[in-house]
Amino acid sequence: MAYDYTPFPYTDPPGLTETEPRHAVVIVGAGPVGLAMAIDLALRGVKSVVLDDNNVVSMGSRAICWSKRTMEIFDRLGVGERMLAKGVTWKVGRNFHGHREVFSFDLLPEDGHKYPAFINLQQYYVEEYLVERARDFPELIDLRFRNKVVGHTDLDGCVQVEIETPSGSYKLETEYLIACDGAGSATRERMGLDFTGQTFQEQFLIADIEMEQSPFGDADVPERWFWFDPPFHPGKSALLHMQPDNIYRIDLQLDVDADGKAEAAEDRVIPRIKAVVGDKPFKLDWVSVYKFRCIKLDRFVHGRVVFVGDSAHVVSPFGARGGNGGIQDVDNLGWKLAAVLNGEADARLIETYHEERSHGSAENILNSTRSTNFMTPKSPIEALFRAEALKLAQDQPFAQKLLNSGRLSVPCSLEGMALQTPGAAQIAPGTALVDAPLSSEAGDTWLLREVQGEFTLVGFGDVVLPEVVGLRRIGINHRADYPCFTALQNHAIRRYGAGKAYLFRPDGHVCAVFDTPTEAAVREAMARACGAKLTEDTA
Amino acid sequence: MRQIAADRLSPAQDDFYDALMQAHAGLSEAESHALNARLVLMMANRIGDVGALRELIDTARSYSDG
Ligand SMILES: Cc1cc2nc3c(=O)[nH]c(=O)nc-3n(C[C@H](O)[C@H](O)[C@H](O)COP(=O)(O)OP(=O)(O)OC[C@H]3O[C@@H](n4cnc5c(N)ncnc54)[C@H](O)[C@@H]3O)c2cc1C
Repeated sequence: MAYDYTPFPYTDPPGLTETEPRHAVVIVGAGPVGLAMAIDLALRGVKSVVLDDNNVVSMGSRAICWSKRTMEIFDRLGVGERMLAKGVTWKVGRNFHGHREVFSFDLLPEDGHKYPAFINLQQYYVEEYLVERARDFPELIDLRFRNKVVGHTDLDGCVQVEIETPSGSYKLETEYLIACDGAGSATRERMGLDFTGQTFQEQFLIADIEMEQSPFGDADVPERWFWFDPPFHPGKSALLHMQPDNIYRIDLQLDVDADGKAEAAEDRVIPRIKAVVGDKPFKLDWVSVYKFRCIKLDRFVHGRVVFVGDSAHVVSPFGARGGNGGIQDVDNLGWKLAAVLNGEADARLIETYHEERSHGSAENILNSTRSTNFMTPKSPIEALFRAEALKLAQDQPFAQKLLNSGRLSVPCSLEGMALQTPGAAQIAPGTALVDAPLSSEAGDTWLLREVQGEFTLVGFGDVVLPEVVGLRRIGINHRADYPCFTALQNHAIRRYGAGKAYLFRPDGHVCAVFDTPTEAAVREAMARACGAKLTEDTA
Repeated sequence: MRQIAADRLSPAQDDFYDALMQAHAGLSEAESHALNARLVLMMANRIGDVGALRELIDTARSYSDG
């Protein structure tokens, strides 16, 4: 069944008739990133106003693949389980060359994780669930649809924002302006920030079809199927994904000089789809033609204006690193912004959002650029190398690994960056949490549930944890007067090592490890993670 | 005889492939073939073992007809 785009109601904002008190945070854009940002802040007691020029969720087929790490963050935000229940779970990707399967990969070959490698869920559902979740915080999140930001000025100590609504214009003042206004960010343009990078000439046709019968062969297991030079679309590439509601997404590479508009016409699209799915009856739900870009801002933080999500970086979709990268931005910024607003940390902590996420987005861009390059050879010699790699991939394992149809989103490591205390452990400082199943008298739970959200010191196996003011402690496979859990199937101990203590940041990244944690050492690592060691010039 | 070799490139395979493509950027096709020839010769010297090289030559050749 096609999605029902019910518009969100518009109500006159108070600012139209009276001056609103200065806000702590104004978020421009209610896409997945802006909405997640508001929820993250609300969970930390920080109020925000979310302004969106539109009044419906994302139209058509955009993001569908949400990574394990994103789902873990969504779990913390209170929407993970709902998305998991609705989404299509998958973990295997298959690459075909012509008729032949040349290589398959399993993105999560082990069990003992709450979330799968990936779920597929249409962006409109993700936004719908986030909007509903945001409405759980009526005192903290002020969602304003059809409120278009048309100007902003960085005044001394605050940002003034100009807004247009159907009933007129008004102004707001805010301590921080969080620009989540997407790839075409007007905030970014208004500031004249350079946003140039690689644009790929190839065009891709993207179609959503509704179909009862599965195209995934006899086993009927949803997977990611990618074809180099498929028999049904010679000389180009194709990608197939399953989404909820019996909707399938098909991406087809077009010629560089194809006429995008003509290609999107139904009479052109239907035969192309039939070539992929054969005689199975289907209904066309959505068609669009895209060109992709890989670009990032030089700096994500400009004083009191902070760029998050697509406004800061865009990638080609092969690897599903766009929306997933944006949700990781939110995860990184939320606790830092809250700490600064609550006076617990210096404003320089926000600069580390730039250091850490600019690095993450550079990694995403590198990977998605390489995938797109491999898919779209630019010269005869590039085409030759790819053709021979495909030939060798018949039976040579190294060549199978060279085939690049997208290196799928994984969290980046923050190892070696300013907030982390260097140390050696199975899960090195900087790494995002690796989940594991736990149990206690209260029932079964997951490491991610017990660790995310605030600074947490976790003792794995035989290690004694000191008491540190303002720090949550938990023990795994040991006894103490703080909450203790058993590692189910020993997964947690195997993953982290026995006799180690790990300090997790509120975003679930390890920031320090200890063999014998002393109160002073843990306190120092926590202070460092809150920016205590940053010098003026790193800011 | 075709030999199946264990993968030794991953996890850095994309770094290698990208570097190789970048080395070819801006070259004419003839220049690219010349670059490839030089690379093969230098890689042979790096491998050094002529027996191993013969195996590689035979293996690479075995794909020519299929
Ligand atoms: C074909 C395609 C496939 C993709 N597949 C994936 C995938 O599988 N996985 C993945 O993770 N990502 C994917 N992406 C990327 C993903 O869609 C984006 O990264 C994601 O939407 C970014 O979210 P955002 O909130 O930053 O921006 P957007 O979703 O663009 O939201 C920006 C919001 O800001 C609002 N806005 C803009 N200007 C103003 C203004 N002046 N005033 C008020 N509001 C304003 C807009 O109305 C919009 O609601 C895909 C993208 C495309 C195009």
